[in-house]
Amino acid sequence: MAKTIDQYFDDLRGTRVWRSVFRSGTGSSTLKRALAVQQNVFLHLFSTKVRTRMLSFSATWYLGTLTLGTFLILVATGIPLMFYYHPSVPQAYADTKDLQFVVSSGLFLRNLHRWSAHAMVFLVFAHMFKVFYRGAYRAPREFNWVIGVILLLMTLLLSYTGYLLPWDQLAYWAITVGSNIASAVPVIGEKIHFLLLGGNAVNANALLRFYVLHCMILPLTAMFFVAIHFWRIRKDGGLYSHDSEPATVRAKVQTSASTSATPAKEGQ
Amino acid sequence: MADSKDFIAGVDSNAKKSPRRIVFITRRTSAQVKAETEDQLQTFPEVLFRAAVAVMTLAVVLVWIALLFNAPLEGLADPSHTPNPAKAPWYFLGLQEMLHYFPPVVAGVMVPGLVVMALIVIPYFKVNIEADGLFLKDRQRRLRIFYVVATVLSLFLLLFKVYAALVPTLIMVGVMLVAAQSSPQSPSAFRRYLAGRPLSYWVMTWFLFELVVLTAIGTFFRGPGWAFVLPWQGS
Repeated sequence: MAKTIDQYFDDLRGTRVWRSVFRSGTGSSTLKRALAVQQNVFLHLFSTKVRTRMLSFSATWYLGTLTLGTFLILVATGIPLMFYYHPSVPQAYADTKDLQFVVSSGLFLRNLHRWSAHAMVFLVFAHMFKVFYRGAYRAPREFNWVIGVILLLMTLLLSYTGYLLPWDQLAYWAITVGSNIASAVPVIGEKIHFLLLGGNAVNANALLRFYVLHCMILPLTAMFFVAIHFWRIRKDGGLYSHDSEPATVRAKVQTSASTSATPAKEGQ
Repeated sequence: MADSKDFIAGVDSNAKKSPRRIVFITRRTSAQVKAETEDQLQTFPEVLFRAAVAVMTLAVVLVWIALLFNAPLEGLADPSHTPNPAKAPWYFLGLQEMLHYFPPVVAGVMVPGLVVMALIVIPYFKVNIEADGLFLKDRQRRLRIFYVVATVLSLFLLLFKVYAALVPTLIMVGVMLVAAQSSPQSPSAFRRYLAGRPLSYWVMTWFLFELVVLTAIGTFFRGPGWAFVLPWQGS
C-alpha cells in the first residue's frame, strides 16, 4: 500500500537527525502539540494554549500579528537593500538611483521596504488604540503596555532614521525639519542636535549615524523589546486575562468603594 | 561516591554547596488551583496557522502596492535649496502643524513629551482602570469640572487661533454633552453606548481625533509657507 504524504512526513519526523534538531519529537497528541510550542526557543515565548475568544477577528483585528509581519518583511527586504547601499555622500543617492534603474528587482525591493515601513507605523498606532479601547492595559498587563509604548517610539525612530538614507531632497529636508525640533529642548537642545547629527547640520556624518542606527542598533533593540512584549503576554495571563476584564474590574471597584469610608454607593 | 547528605534535608546542610528548598505547609495554607472554565485552543497548530495566514495576506497586499506604486525619489540632496514647504514624514506632520501655532519648545518638546508620559502612565492611574460611565457617578460635580475644563481648553485654543485643534475639541465636547444627557436605560443603543464610556475613553478619543485631524491637515492641506491649500490645488 502506498504511503501518504503525511506518513512520509511522520517518518521524517521520526528520524534521528530530525529528533536531534527538534526536541519535541513526533506525534500529534495534545501533549506533543503543547511541547512543539513549549520546547521551541522562539515559540516558547507564547503560551501553549489560548482562550478561544482571542481568535475571533474582532478581539484584536490581528493588528499585533500584522505589525510583526511588516517587521519581518522589512528585515527581509532591508538586508538585500544593504548589499547595494553605501552610506556616504553622494554615493548613497547614486546607489538609490541604481536600485531604481539598474539592480534586478531593486525598484520592487525599495518599494516594498518603503510601503511596509509606512504600514508598520500605521499598524503600531492602530494596535495601540485597539489595545486601549479593549482595556487590555489593565492589571496584570500594565507593564506590557509600557513596553508597547517603547516599541512605538522604536518604530518611529526606525522609520525616521530610514527616511534619510536615500539622500534626496525629500529625505534631507524632512530630517532637517525634524532634527531642528531637538534644538528646541531647553539648555541642552543644541548638544542633542549635534549628537544626533554628528554636526550642526544634516551632512555625511548624520547619514552614517542614521545608517548605523537604522540597520544595527534600532532593529536589535526593537527585537529585544518585541521578545519581552510577546513573553509578557504569556506571563501576564494572556488575552482576555480574567483580572483585566471590565466585569472583574467593576466588581473590584465596587468592593473597594463599599469597604472604604466614603459612602459613595449610588453607582450600580 | 555519593554523599549521603544529598538525601537529607537537615538544618546542618551547607546551602553554599548544595542549595535546597524546604517548603513549610501549615494547616491554614493549602494548594489552590485557579479554575479556568473558558474554552481554550492550542497555539500549535490553530493560532500559528491563523497568524501565518494573516501575515501572508498582508504580504500579498503590500507586494501588490509595491508593484503598482513607486516609492518617491526626488533630486540629490541640496543644502542650498530649501523646498517650500519642507515637510517631515507624515507621522510627524501633526507635530509640525502644532509648530505652526506654538513655539518649538511647546509644540516640539513639551507636547510630545507629555503625550509619551501620558501614554506610559495610563495603566497606573485608577481613573483609567474604572470601567463605568463618566457621568453616571457623582454627576453634578463631574459635570461642573467638565464645563470648566472644556471652556478653558477651548478658550486657550481660540486665543492661539488653533482652529484646526479647536473644531475637533468642540465636536468632542458636543458628543460628551450628549453622553451626559444619556443613561444606560436609554432606548437608543448609541446613547446607551455613550453613557457607558469612562473618562479614559473620552480623553483618548479626543487625542486620537486631534492626531488624525492635525496629521491630515499637515499632510494634505499645507502648501508653500505652510499656508492652507486644498489638496487638488497643489503646485
